[in-house]
Amino acid sequence: MTASAEYTDYTTGEPVADTKAPKGPINERWDTRRFEARLVNPANRRKHTVIVVGTGLAGGSAGATLAEQGYHVVQFCYQDSPRRAHSIAAQGGINAAKNYRNDGDSVHRLFYDTVKGGDFRARESNVHRLAQISVEIIDQCVAQGVPFAREYGGLLDTRSFGGVQVSRTFYARGQTGQQLLLGAYQALSRQIAAGNVEMHPRTEMLDLIVVDGRARGIVARDLVTGKIDTYFADAVVLASGGYGNVFYLSTNAMNSNATAIWRAHRRGAYFANPCFTQIHPTCIPRTGDHQSKLTLMSESLRNDGRIWVPKAKGDNRPPNEIPEDERDYYLERIYPSFGNLVPRDIASRAAKNVCDEGRGVGPGGQGVYLDFADAIRRMGRKKVEEKYGNLFEMYERITAENPYEVPMRIYPAVHYTMGGLWVDYDLQTTVPGLFAVGEANFSDHGANRLGASALMQGLADGYFVLPATINDYLARNPHQDPVTTDHPAVREVLAETEDRLDLLLSVDGDRTPDSFHREVGELMWEFCGMARTDSGLRKALERIPQIREEFWRRIKVPGTGEEFNQSLEKANRVVDYLELAELMCLDALHRTESCGGHFREESQTSDGEAARRDDEFAYAAAWEFTGTGEAPTLHKEDLVFEYVHPTQRSYA
Amino acid sequence: MARTVWDSTVGKKTVMAVSGLIMLLYLVAHVIGNLKIYFGAGEFNHYAHWLRTVGEPFMHYEWTLWLIRVVLVVAVVAHAVSAYQLSRRDIKARPQKYVHGRPRASYATRTMRWGGIILGLFIVWHLLDLTTGTVHSGGFQEGHPYQNVVDTFSTWYGNVIYIVAMLALGLHIRHGFWSAAQTLGVGSRTRDRALKTIANVLALLLTAGFIAVPVGVMTGVVS
Amino acid sequence: MKLTLRVWRQKNADAEGAMSTYEVDGISPDMSFLEMLDTLNEELILKGEDPVAFDHDCREGICGACSLVIDGDAHGPERTTTCQLHMRSFRDGDTIDIEPWRASAFPVIKDLVVDRSAFDRIIQAGGYITAPTGSAPEAHATPVPKADADSAFEHAECIGCGACVAACPNGAAMLFTSAKINHLNVLPQGAPERESRVLNMVAQMDEEGFGGCTLTGECATACPKGIPLVSITSMNKEWLRATRKSARS
Repeated sequence: MTASAEYTDYTTGEPVADTKAPKGPINERWDTRRFEARLVNPANRRKHTVIVVGTGLAGGSAGATLAEQGYHVVQFCYQDSPRRAHSIAAQGGINAAKNYRNDGDSVHRLFYDTVKGGDFRARESNVHRLAQISVEIIDQCVAQGVPFAREYGGLLDTRSFGGVQVSRTFYARGQTGQQLLLGAYQALSRQIAAGNVEMHPRTEMLDLIVVDGRARGIVARDLVTGKIDTYFADAVVLASGGYGNVFYLSTNAMNSNATAIWRAHRRGAYFANPCFTQIHPTCIPRTGDHQSKLTLMSESLRNDGRIWVPKAKGDNRPPNEIPEDERDYYLERIYPSFGNLVPRDIASRAAKNVCDEGRGVGPGGQGVYLDFADAIRRMGRKKVEEKYGNLFEMYERITAENPYEVPMRIYPAVHYTMGGLWVDYDLQTTVPGLFAVGEANFSDHGANRLGASALMQGLADGYFVLPATINDYLARNPHQDPVTTDHPAVREVLAETEDRLDLLLSVDGDRTPDSFHREVGELMWEFCGMARTDSGLRKALERIPQIREEFWRRIKVPGTGEEFNQSLEKANRVVDYLELAELMCLDALHRTESCGGHFREESQTSDGEAARRDDEFAYAAAWEFTGTGEAPTLHKEDLVFEYVHPTQRSYA
Repeated sequence: MARTVWDSTVGKKTVMAVSGLIMLLYLVAHVIGNLKIYFGAGEFNHYAHWLRTVGEPFMHYEWTLWLIRVVLVVAVVAHAVSAYQLSRRDIKARPQKYVHGRPRASYATRTMRWGGIILGLFIVWHLLDLTTGTVHSGGFQEGHPYQNVVDTFSTWYGNVIYIVAMLALGLHIRHGFWSAAQTLGVGSRTRDRALKTIANVLALLLTAGFIAVPVGVMTGVVS
Repeated sequence: MKLTLRVWRQKNADAEGAMSTYEVDGISPDMSFLEMLDTLNEELILKGEDPVAFDHDCREGICGACSLVIDGDAHGPERTTTCQLHMRSFRDGDTIDIEPWRASAFPVIKDLVVDRSAFDRIIQAGGYITAPTGSAPEAHATPVPKADADSAFEHAECIGCGACVAACPNGAAMLFTSAKINHLNVLPQGAPERESRVLNMVAQMDEEGFGGCTLTGECATACPKGIPLVSITSMNKEWLRATRKSARS
């Protein structure tokens, strides 16, 4: 466990391929797959137990739908209630190719926009299916009573979002994620009441149980009593979200963590594209070292707000005193056709560039203005208030500045991770019986996710994709022998987990879990953040094993394992960040091209845009775990583009 | 349905609201009758006698009065029992006080329970004093309510008990009327102001109207 | 800033609790209240003492996990969640009392952490619209008047934090329950289950041991999302309507 050998390199193994997506025209593949997938007789479904870890949009909707189909669902979340999963914090909206605006939208256009927005690093079949299902999601959510914004005629309102030229984003003021999540939570609640879902709140998955090569259960800790228990099932679904908290400061919830997916990775699930992380351009800048997390301001603000910095370096005048001709609306200048609505990765990097030039504003020069003066003049304050009131309020509460009078200050922050467990078209990982949905998988966003697509993907996976594909797995693997706690594989996993926690409690060093988290986070932000270089990544790869070694020598966790112990929870999550960080840096180092959220300074065009290298890197990198600190094995999944031909993305 | 209502906190509040409104209606009639005292013993005593003959010849002598009394007793009992049960439940639901506690709701709101107890005790005294004459001072005379009232308010304690109770009544109605409207679901954002005004005006008029009697006796206007 | 904190410490559900006093120094006015507590906890861990347990997660005012009574007010002096409260709302040298939500339906788990699962059970009793996946009609098949949609949204904003219960002198959950009922009952999609929803949710609310409403208005004052008190009135109306209707059928 304390092994800290340096990464020597990595080895390249056999390629990995998705074998589940049918061939044929892309718009027929999902129908074909659903038809070809085997079904489980409704009467037999209740004999199957499915574990779902997480209750966000993907997990909540999956749990509810599987239970509705008749499966016995055992579901877990670390929060005190399934309603608190971090999907709740998504603000802006959810995309769907409804074309209610008659503005030229279609399933194909959403598919195209998503593949292009992802910088051609996503699997076409998956993305097309996502675009097809998007339409059904809106229907489903409206039926559940999700209070989407409506127009005076009573029909649904939409707005536009970054990276696209149609208005296809459905929203519920600035709380779309909350409303969608409550819809899924309520559907789940109905199933809990019906006895179809056995819900375990305040219970955290600590490891995966694999028996005879199949995922058969999990080890989880009751966070109230500290009791570590095993739970068995015929299939395990991970819906535990992304790993953005590796960076310490991110827009993720404080307790969002990578343990479920990292432990699954250690047990054999490949981890794909770990370096694809999304830095969101519109977050509130940090105020000091005490900062525990960053707060996002919805991307929808870029619809009406204009982003600028002073033309001159070190211009310290208050923003309202800087005359119009001394302002640089740099996004509008560089990208005239998309302007302030360029995709997130581009907007973030542009902000970093102007700040690096010394033109940043606010404390430490780490910020740019997002100005609503024009919007207020054009639409009137009342209309602006109606559209963005709650966001403005939130901004004022955090910064004590009034955005109606002074432009907001924003700066990019880690927000979403496109990478995740490698899954096939059925959302099954490389461990049979282990599925990953939502942000926990890598499937649909390639190297960059478009705004309002995370909610779409989470719900598509949970409501529609997984419930169809898991049938096939369960139908092909019926009546497995029940697993019990006596099984050697189970005993081993349980013992490992207990040992790990005991070790954390027994070191009794002189550093807190948070101090290590902060250290590795700062390292990652510096070297594996918005711009990455060969030397920086190598530095990080050298440093991470040292931090890990120090961690196991100096960690201090008070209390015991047999009680409610938040320090122990935290420390255990940091253990996994310290391993995952290394893989992220390695993945970033090996991918010497720039694409989407992954920007390698060595690979850029003459005018500073990301230069993709399709000849070498048109693949998803799926990593196989070989041991802590050991060189992992890279399995490439070649990406074939039959419908959207890779071009250099242009938003100019 | 009765079971559903009685077993639910919302239902029991409905019982309180309805019984409270019945009592309130009665009080409005009561205060109008009381004010007749300012027009002399003749008119006041005549009114008191009329109370017994209301509804004749359809109703027998005192039937109407007894009917009203029965309705009132039912209302008082329902109101009190609901209040008692709900209060017990409320106290049980919040057994531990905040170390850093401080009152914030309006005085009228916070005094509903104590005010209710004061009013309950007052009603007992009031009946024993002026209906049965059991605790009446200065010799109770059946059929001469004017003199009985003057007797009661000729003692200092009679005035104190009465005036304190009427102030409690004002506060009780102030929150109670508005509260009943919410319980019965007739409150709304647009109506809130009107309801609060009505509650305040009712509370003020009833309190002032009732207190006018002892004040009249004390100042010698009524003697 | 230098502050004196008096914090409720309670080892577990069965243990007796008491207020303990701590001094914290070097607090920045830009810190959130929870970051101030993080600072205290880092010091406690290094001293080998048990850090103060408190619920928190998103720290952007939407998940509803944070739940502190600060100087007698649920979520503290500003109308927001604890995580969005900043230290600039306090003055250097202040003494701050920090307590958990108090209600018998919300038993303390440890220190400032309480068990709010009663809220989940109220939702399970009927706080949903039965719409099995895949059965939904086209979204535009049923237009919803904007006023109704806005009203539904206003009530749907509830984050289930429990501040209403904590602030209520009766430990009542009326505001929470009414918010969900008003969200769903005003929508055409919620109409088929309109009566059973309100009857079952109110019954569950009573079952959980919450107190009754005396309309003190404390809940609406404490609510970080501004759910109005009149929400309770609307629920009462729905309940009476449903009771009459079920008596007739």
